[in-house]
Amino acid sequence: MQVNEYKPLIVAFCCNWCSYAGADLAGNNRLNYPADVKIIRVPCSCRVNPMFVLRAFQRGADGVIICGCHPGDCHYTSGNYYTRRRMAALFSMLDYLGIEKERTRVEWVSAAEGAKFAATMNDFVETVTALGENKRLEDLRCKK
Amino acid sequence: MNNRYLQKEILRISGADVSKCMRCGKCSGTCPAYDEMEYHPHQFANMVESGDIEPLLNSQSLYKCLSCFACIDRCPRGVEPAKIVEAVRLLATRKQGANHMTANDVPAIVDEDTPQQLLVSAFRKYTK
Amino acid sequence: MQRVGVFVCWCGSNIAGTVDVEAVSEALKNEPGVVFSTNYQYMCSQAGQDMIKEAVKEHNLTGIVVCSCSPRMHEATFRKTAAAAGLNPYMVEIANIREQCSWVHKDILTGTEKAIILGKAAIAKVNLNAPLTPGESPVTKRALVIGGGIAGIQTALDIADAGFPVDIVEKKPTIGGKMAQLDKTFPTLDCAACILTPKMVDVAQNDKIRIFSYSEVTDVQGFVGNFEVTIKKNARFVKEDICTGCGACVEKCPMKKNPNEFNLGMDNRPAIYIPFAQAVPKVATIDPNACTMLKKGKCGLCSKVCTAGAIDYTQKDEYLQEKYGAIVVATGFNPISMDKFDEFAYSQSKDVITSLEFERLTNAAGPSAGKLIRPSDGKHPHTIVFVQCVGSRCDACAQKGKEYCSKICCMYTAKHAMLTRDKYPDTEVYVFYIDVRTPGKNFDEFYRRAVEEYGVKYIKGMVGKVTPEGDKLKVQASDLIANKQLHIDADLVVLAAAIEPDKSARPLATMLTASMDTNDFFTEAHPKLKPVESPTAGVFLSGACQGPKDIPETVSQAGAAASKVIGLLCKDKLTGNPCVANSNELMCNGCSACANVCPYGAISYEDKEFRMPDRTTKVRRVASVNPAVCQGCGACTVTCPSGAMDLKGFANLQIMAEVDAICK
Repeated sequence: MQVNEYKPLIVAFCCNWCSYAGADLAGNNRLNYPADVKIIRVPCSCRVNPMFVLRAFQRGADGVIICGCHPGDCHYTSGNYYTRRRMAALFSMLDYLGIEKERTRVEWVSAAEGAKFAATMNDFVETVTALGENKRLEDLRCKK
Repeated sequence: MNNRYLQKEILRISGADVSKCMRCGKCSGTCPAYDEMEYHPHQFANMVESGDIEPLLNSQSLYKCLSCFACIDRCPRGVEPAKIVEAVRLLATRKQGANHMTANDVPAIVDEDTPQQLLVSAFRKYTK
Repeated sequence: MQRVGVFVCWCGSNIAGTVDVEAVSEALKNEPGVVFSTNYQYMCSQAGQDMIKEAVKEHNLTGIVVCSCSPRMHEATFRKTAAAAGLNPYMVEIANIREQCSWVHKDILTGTEKAIILGKAAIAKVNLNAPLTPGESPVTKRALVIGGGIAGIQTALDIADAGFPVDIVEKKPTIGGKMAQLDKTFPTLDCAACILTPKMVDVAQNDKIRIFSYSEVTDVQGFVGNFEVTIKKNARFVKEDICTGCGACVEKCPMKKNPNEFNLGMDNRPAIYIPFAQAVPKVATIDPNACTMLKKGKCGLCSKVCTAGAIDYTQKDEYLQEKYGAIVVATGFNPISMDKFDEFAYSQSKDVITSLEFERLTNAAGPSAGKLIRPSDGKHPHTIVFVQCVGSRCDACAQKGKEYCSKICCMYTAKHAMLTRDKYPDTEVYVFYIDVRTPGKNFDEFYRRAVEEYGVKYIKGMVGKVTPEGDKLKVQASDLIANKQLHIDADLVVLAAAIEPDKSARPLATMLTASMDTNDFFTEAHPKLKPVESPTAGVFLSGACQGPKDIPETVSQAGAAASKVIGLLCKDKLTGNPCVANSNELMCNGCSACANVCPYGAISYEDKEFRMPDRTTKVRRVASVNPAVCQGCGACTVTCPSGAMDLKGFANLQIMAEVDAICK
């Protein structure tokens, strides 16, 4: 057994209507996923400003995942379409800056997909763990 | 028999999307050469979709199609059966030694009933 | 600086089992702003809530963080507790340490660690919370129904039944819509007029319902509960309140040769006309394009014979301003034009007709008094070919027709075929189909009866070409089952034309800021759970304007829309969600990016005067959000290039603070 095993820091943005409820369902069904995932609740995935993602990486996050309702099922009709476009643009820019595409992800999780939520998180943590720590954007001045 | 290679080739040459076909049969309903053909326009689309190409390659139907394009015009799904027939025909003529006829055979079969489209189409075949 | 109280819940052993609650409350004690931190077995219990209330008083708290179950579970509970303690309910934040922590992690160390971080994030957020008050707006207790077909009629009757006044705006001279043109209705074959006209009379006699016939909506302002609508009453040159509908003018009018719209142009009507005998309102209308008095100032016969003196050649279009609390769209459908389907010879032969024309031909009140005849020579047709899916289910690349299934054609074609065989057993009836789609109560049985009992010949295949030859129609078609090409000499060909939304729907959707799909059908707020609401608050959908529908479906949707309207109008005031977008006018540059992404049309622009540092004033265009319409999705906040737009309750700084707290 390793001491000081590397634990990634993952920020997950979940929309209130589908994915946050999906995360709750994963809890209700006691489906385990790593504690490295910390969820922030937003009304809709389209509320996630690219600034938030950048901020997370600046403050030392190793991966950012955004979860929303399935396309066509958005509580606000079209919000997740905006998310899809914005994040596609943002992620390719981040990739260019050296933050691997695997560290960022947009995933559709409905309120009924607790199992999918847990599976997604397990998979994402595994991917990010394999990539190791992210130092590209981290602003060391933020750390004391 | 399922021939994926030929199927891909036909789809590439014709540019047709057989998966769009909804089996309405309007192409065959509209075809003026229907009774002459062993395999009908809707069967061409269907058999290419299932990869059943060999019977089409060996069928006389290839040379009965007038290339009038009525089926293309009327297909509600934009499947373009005539282009599929043409692609299969092209494959048949490209097969070595499998040319339907030589240039010398042409004058013998031309009579006043031969539709003009057939001749145009036949010559198109030779230029390819 | 806030004075924050932290309350960590054990939830029995649900949380305490995998999270060291004592350690959590201890760790959170030293976070910025926190003045009090404790833990308790069941925070949501009465004792737990009392504990929060007491702490608020004792420590003079301004913000509360509860580390407990999901906010979807007890956020409302703790907000009420805060309100009872005299705090603004929106000063409460929940850290979800049950569903998203204790229940999914097994190790007590990692669980506790994560719970502390989630608690810190919630504290960071609550430090930036501001008290929010939901906006209130009054409700005008009157509904508007646009469209007077069966959908509009049923919606209006149901709303009026609940005691609320309703106005129907119908662009035709009479209400009744498409259903009034039908002969029989499937699957029970009761006559359309027998079940529709009593409803039309109910509408006319209901003192809660006003009918604006021959009128259209030209402008809509306002928002849910407070719509201001401009209705244009087209001049019909007859005084509606005086005309008795006796029909003397119709009788005497010399300009008799105008295509009769109600019979789809298969016979003629005079320049002054009443569309059909049971019209509501039963009032004459003058067609200004046909009347010689209006065109040349000569004639005036109708005014001479009108004993009531109802004719008024000087009538002008009238614009009315009305206020409504809710709007129901019931604009209905039309069959598509057959222009692009020349292979069926619709434009070449009078004997190729659409199904709606067939409906009029078999209707006892129709142009042939219900006798099935060929429109060209009046002879009885012996061979009839029905063609299904004409213009339906076409791929977009075919560039004609519609991509969707029109849904009603299979059933009405079965009905037409069955009725024809029933009335005229000597006719041969062929139906060419691609698929027979008859889901619905007693629908498939109905179609099977047409085949098995009435001997209708259903052929799987499609008609490729129709050629008029002499007095026959040469039909060339495929029979896919028999693998044959058929040649039928038909006397009459009936095309089951696809249906499309009425042309008036698109401009109306723009006025209402209601969204539409690419086919111009109105979009529902949620395809499964909100099928009768449009995404725009206060706008509801009824009938075929939302998608192809038969009469039973239309009536049930009409009732559903009415119940939603009643639910809205019952309220004296609408309380909004306070978590709405808000624009900082000093930063806004009026670029319109936010309005373009708003699915609700909640953002408008106004010119505002600003004082500049040098004491001059400047007028700038800035965005303003209507809190009654905004649903708080936050799409605009991200789009705003200047960062002027923010969302209350989920502000940029708040989410940023959460990110920081998690990443510390």
